Amino acid sequence: MEVYDIRPLLAPLISLVCAVLIFWLGDNTFLRRLFSISSSVLKWMIVMSMFPASLRGVVYVTELLPFARGIGFILRVDALGMFFAVLSSTLWIITTVYAIGYMEGEHARKRFFAFFAICVSTTVGVAFAGNLFTLFVFYEMLTIATYPLVIHEETPDAMKAGRKYLVYTLTGGSLILFATAMTFYLAGTVTLSENGILSLQHGVNTLFFLFVLFIMGFGVKAAIMPLHGWLPSAMVAPTPVSALLHAVAVVKAGVFGITRIVYNVFGFHLIKQLVVHFSGVAISAGSLLALAAAITIIGGSLMALLQDDFKKRLAYSTISQLSYIVLGVALLAPSGAMGGIVHLANQAFMKITMFFVAGAIAKKTGKKYISQLHGIGFKMPITLATFTVASLGMIGLPPLAGFITKWYICLGALEAKQAVFVAIMLISSFLNAAYFLPIVYRGYFVKPVDGDTAVSEAHWTLLAPCIICALYVIALGLFADLPFVPLALAREAMTTFLR
Amino acid sequence: MAGVSGHFPILIVVVPLVGAALTPLIGHWRRRLCMPWAALVMLFTFAMTAFLGVRLSLHGPIGYHLGSWEPPFGIEIYFDYVAALTFVIALFGFLVIIFSKRYVEKELEEAKISTYYTLILLILAGMIGFVVTGDMFNLFVFLEIISLSGYALIAIGGEKLTAMAAFKYLLVGAISSLCVLLGVAFLYSITGTLNMRDISHMLTLTDATRVASVALALFIVGFAVKAAMFPLHIWLPDAHALAPSPVSALLSGLVVKTGIVGMIRVLFNVYRINGPLNYGPVLNIMAWLAGITIILGAFFAFFQNDIKMMFAYSTISNIGYIVMGLSLASYFGIVGGLIHVFNHALIKTTLFLCAGAIIYKTGYRKLADLQGIGKKMPITMGAIVIAAVSIVGIPPTAGFICKWFIILGAIEAGKPVLAGMLLLGSLFIVAYYVKIINAAFFREPVHEITEVDEAPASMLIPIVILAIGCLLMGVFAYAPLAFIRPAVTGFLR
Repeated sequence: MEVYDIRPLLAPLISLVCAVLIFWLGDNTFLRRLFSISSSVLKWMIVMSMFPASLRGVVYVTELLPFARGIGFILRVDALGMFFAVLSSTLWIITTVYAIGYMEGEHARKRFFAFFAICVSTTVGVAFAGNLFTLFVFYEMLTIATYPLVIHEETPDAMKAGRKYLVYTLTGGSLILFATAMTFYLAGTVTLSENGILSLQHGVNTLFFLFVLFIMGFGVKAAIMPLHGWLPSAMVAPTPVSALLHAVAVVKAGVFGITRIVYNVFGFHLIKQLVVHFSGVAISAGSLLALAAAITIIGGSLMALLQDDFKKRLAYSTISQLSYIVLGVALLAPSGAMGGIVHLANQAFMKITMFFVAGAIAKKTGKKYISQLHGIGFKMPITLATFTVASLGMIGLPPLAGFITKWYICLGALEAKQAVFVAIMLISSFLNAAYFLPIVYRGYFVKPVDGDTAVSEAHWTLLAPCIICALYVIALGLFADLPFVPLALAREAMTTFLR
Repeated sequence: MAGVSGHFPILIVVVPLVGAALTPLIGHWRRRLCMPWAALVMLFTFAMTAFLGVRLSLHGPIGYHLGSWEPPFGIEIYFDYVAALTFVIALFGFLVIIFSKRYVEKELEEAKISTYYTLILLILAGMIGFVVTGDMFNLFVFLEIISLSGYALIAIGGEKLTAMAAFKYLLVGAISSLCVLLGVAFLYSITGTLNMRDISHMLTLTDATRVASVALALFIVGFAVKAAMFPLHIWLPDAHALAPSPVSALLSGLVVKTGIVGMIRVLFNVYRINGPLNYGPVLNIMAWLAGITIILGAFFAFFQNDIKMMFAYSTISNIGYIVMGLSLASYFGIVGGLIHVFNHALIKTTLFLCAGAIIYKTGYRKLADLQGIGKKMPITMGAIVIAAVSIVGIPPTAGFICKWFIILGAIEAGKPVLAGMLLLGSLFIVAYYVKIINAAFFREPVHEITEVDEAPASMLIPIVILAIGCLLMGVFAYAPLAFIRPAVTGFLR
């Protein structure tokens, strides 16, 4: 059921207004904080007000100016979009609090918070985009708005990372633009639909080419190997940016885009039939994507093992985890899709906890390398405890969030009769343990080098977000089957897409 | 049509022409009145074009017969959907004149001020005439008015380098004018008429298609020079970069478009290139050259240090977009090309005026000297950022619209490789605009430009209006599309 409503427009607009206000009056610290916090809370309330109806299958729609035949700005809140919006607006509040604490004493804070708000605005825009065109518009705006945040430090390293980031993402964007135009030409529309807009009559080879284009385009932000190069270098950005943008907003926009392409542009049934024969070998679109995801899951984990820089290890872990979602989507099985979609949220909360911890430690002690973290659990026990929770979640220990994901993806692999991916998930769990647990071990069981074991936690603005996110990780696993949690939304999305 | 308003189609040409002729007199009397006079003339012209634009959208194209002689015997002014561009010319002309006030006072000797405004009005009159005329010979005459006043405006600063640039432009421009004249002569020899619509009709009857093809080639070469298409672009960077900034804005934003409008008139109005007659692979050659133009323009821009040089090369690559769109000759392609005629004018005028404001304030024009300028002139640099984001084609700004339509057009025409070239070019373009933004906002200043503050209001107001336009024309693209769609439907009929 579609309902016309202004709220899908209000949600992204609020953070945009917030950004304008910060640009205008943000030199004043108090006003800057006031705008940031109040707009994030307001936005969360608006998004949440649509939540119950969305669970019942109501779709809110706002149509803006159409600028040409069949193309216009349409915001449409279906279950999947709702899921992503709830996720990003919830995390925005938490990250804003964290950023206020973290950025204390840093330069150019006005610029930082303004662009931060624009990023969140465009992320919700991506979530609510009702057609590919709108999706692309917000996707590209997100790229541009993140750039000043990546190069925030203005050091040569940061400038280089920023350049790399733009080259990767804008090239990906160009592919998406081309593919969008091609879709428009083939289907005569770019409006996302529950069961896809393309059909087999366009020719299998053309469709396959289009599919690969889209995947390569969105794959850049989704950090599918070998398109992941920008993500580890973008870690030079301040930690709140790494946390929200490189664990949630930007990368999730890529994964979200892939989900949209698979289910809403091609459609579940068409993707299943999309098989090309290449010199005698039959390649199906779904298994190609699943294969890329599997390679990334293992490859990212192996790379993470090699990193000593705390944030870089988290970055490679992100690369690996993102492909869980892609794998879940690519399995084209009900449970797989659900596992993939729900991992959008699970991964976000787990990874953001870890980034918050890395930032808190770096801010408090100046330590950025894992080899320096001896005995950090003596000094910052609560911080490290939250990290431990997130790590165990990543490994997939029940009843934490990560378990839910792995359970459903494994189920999906079995439903799709591709048991090899169950093995991939198991290996990945093992690798997760291999690169996260040594950090926990070193923190709790190795005495600090200087012998100083006095407790000195970071400021509450840094600590509280860690705790809240860790609690979320527990709650997302423990209460997964209650009616008003993300899993219910994911189920709603999955049932409409796979009908 | 009754009363004076019936004569608007000719008055929009005559008023600025007469205004130009009177400017030296006014300058002789009171030099300070030149600028208000020129602004007033342009504002008046603008009002008339606005009136005609509304009329056009309500009642369709307006034909006006000079001296009431019926065409093909008399000269015809034909205010069709393409001629709606006059509205833009008059508006931007007006803004540039406002901007010029302080700039000219500082950069030019006093004696030259009245000459300057005379030439500006003259070049604007030439462009308006060029766009609205329905007569081939008039097309050539107006082209010459534009070119001659253009040479003079480039050289008006009087330095050695600008004189060289103007001379280079003069040489190449003279050849292009000759090509066009020769083309007109050829067409006259086989059709016996100069009225565009009449020629178009006669061409379907004549069997001298070889002569017609040669004439077409001459036109394309002639206008390609004016539009600075590869490999005929060499004159443009110097001319556009070394002219006074408001003049650069006019040249880059509007004057190069005369080449484009000329191509549109010849290809679609006269030759009806999509019609039954076969003129060989003209469009194909143009499309590929356009692709090369896009990439090379962007590539060279990357290696420039002078911001105005960068903008000039960026014009070349954007002209490539437009020509590519037109020569795809598919519905979406032409729509994309036409809309970029307008959007590029908007964006490039903004950029050159901003460059002008910066040069006016600091005296520097090299990127290395301008580091950290964003903190001193936030509004001007903010406008540059908006225009840069727009020209790179990041949605939802103005520059994105053409990219979308041209890519669509390329797919529609079955030439996706061209779309690939366009995307590659636009990625190069990102590279050098990012250079500008980085230098302005994210690097420490090298010079002690402490006393620099924002440009004066007479400069800022046009800049801000144009920059807002860059932002909004992406979202409100249906406004220009309302004129472009019927135009394209007419071309493809």
